[in-house]
Amino acid sequence: MSRFLVALCLAGGVAAASTAIAGGHAGNPAVTARNAHMQLYSFNLGMLGSMAKGETEYDAEAASAAASNLAALAALNQRAYWVPGTSSDDLPDESRALPAIWEEGSKAGEIGASFAEAAAALAAVAGDGKDAMAAAIGPVGKGCGDCHKAYRKPR
Amino acid sequence: MKRAFLYLLGLGVLAVVAGLWITRPQTVDPVAIGLADVEADAARGEAVYWASGCASCHIAPESEDKLMLAGGQRFATAFGDFIAPNISPDLEAGLGAWTLGEFASALIHGTSPGGQHYYPVFPYTSYARMTSQDIADLWAFMLTLPPSDQPSVPHEVGFPFNIRLTLGGWKLLFANTDWVQPAETAQMERGRYLVEALAHCGECHTPRNALGALDTAQWMAGAANPSGDGRIPGLRRGQLTWSETDIAYYLETGFTPDFDSAGGEMASVIENTARLSPDDRAAIAAYIVALGE
Repeated sequence: MSRFLVALCLAGGVAAASTAIAGGHAGNPAVTARNAHMQLYSFNLGMLGSMAKGETEYDAEAASAAASNLAALAALNQRAYWVPGTSSDDLPDESRALPAIWEEGSKAGEIGASFAEAAAALAAVAGDGKDAMAAAIGPVGKGCGDCHKAYRKPR
Repeated sequence: MKRAFLYLLGLGVLAVVAGLWITRPQTVDPVAIGLADVEADAARGEAVYWASGCASCHIAPESEDKLMLAGGQRFATAFGDFIAPNISPDLEAGLGAWTLGEFASALIHGTSPGGQHYYPVFPYTSYARMTSQDIADLWAFMLTLPPSDQPSVPHEVGFPFNIRLTLGGWKLLFANTDWVQPAETAQMERGRYLVEALAHCGECHTPRNALGALDTAQWMAGAANPSGDGRIPGLRRGQLTWSETDIAYYLETGFTPDFDSAGGEMASVIENTARLSPDDRAAIAAYIVALGE
């Protein structure tokens, strides 16, 4: 009987521990990596955007650094974390990536490529003054929007 | 007895005729609204075009060409499926053969050149507030766009909503050109004109009643997404805490204050607002932050 109780407690403990892990950050690794990638875009865009909005003072060096990061991020090969089986249908609790990304006729790759071009163009001018930088953010935002319009599930 | 019956029948017929007369499709008098006098300018019309968001609904499904208004996008609603028509200047398939007066009647009264009521899925309840100058400019610009010979597809709307005559009653009940919000400064007036007339923001951001009319008591308080997924956010203070600068920047770039980006339908809206003048985006932002709790 006591052995049974110990086994029960152990099983309970393991169950509790795995629940805790699932509630933490042990989601699908590909989705976690995608979210982290997006977070890095967001952080670097935030540096540039707050200067464009006039919330922080324009600093050519900081702007160049953030824009170069953005361009480098956009140029990374992300194939390994945009894998089939990780769509909003497959993983409804953690993924907002619509299945259309992986379906025939998907333009996600094309959009990604033009986004990378826009990010490179931004990196080239980010140090040339606030106005040049602010104008080059537009096409980058268009890239974000193009993909989120068609391929991100609304909340 | 028989005479009383005939009398009542006569009254009934009279009531129906009177009702149909009262709710008949209205058209504009181009002279009375000054359309005949304005000097149309296609270049100014382009700005009206982007502010009015025509392309968001009227370009072909999946199309990226925001100047080719071939129609064909499907909008599923509780009343049935509406399919946006071809409004390119094609003489046969589009509206190239219309007069400026007919175009104005469509925008202001929701009346087709053939004298039929349009469904309010076409936001004429907002466009009804447009100035004659903007209508004439927009018309001049739209005639410069490329024609598409893609035929329009009929809406798929079930009984009783497929009886367009009933829309006259709907318009009588719900269509009015009063402004929803007060505006004390020139900037606020401009913002209000952009939001309430041209950009028709309220059509999605305001909840609707059972008959599909906007509930102006809950102006911009957020609403269910008619196409299903997600919810369209409320923009009243307390719901939206962004600053004026944040809103204007979002309308320019699609970036939220924490640098997420607009998605879904709003990403299409941003493609339009990105082309407005900075002053117009600032005016919209001023209007939005002035909305009450």
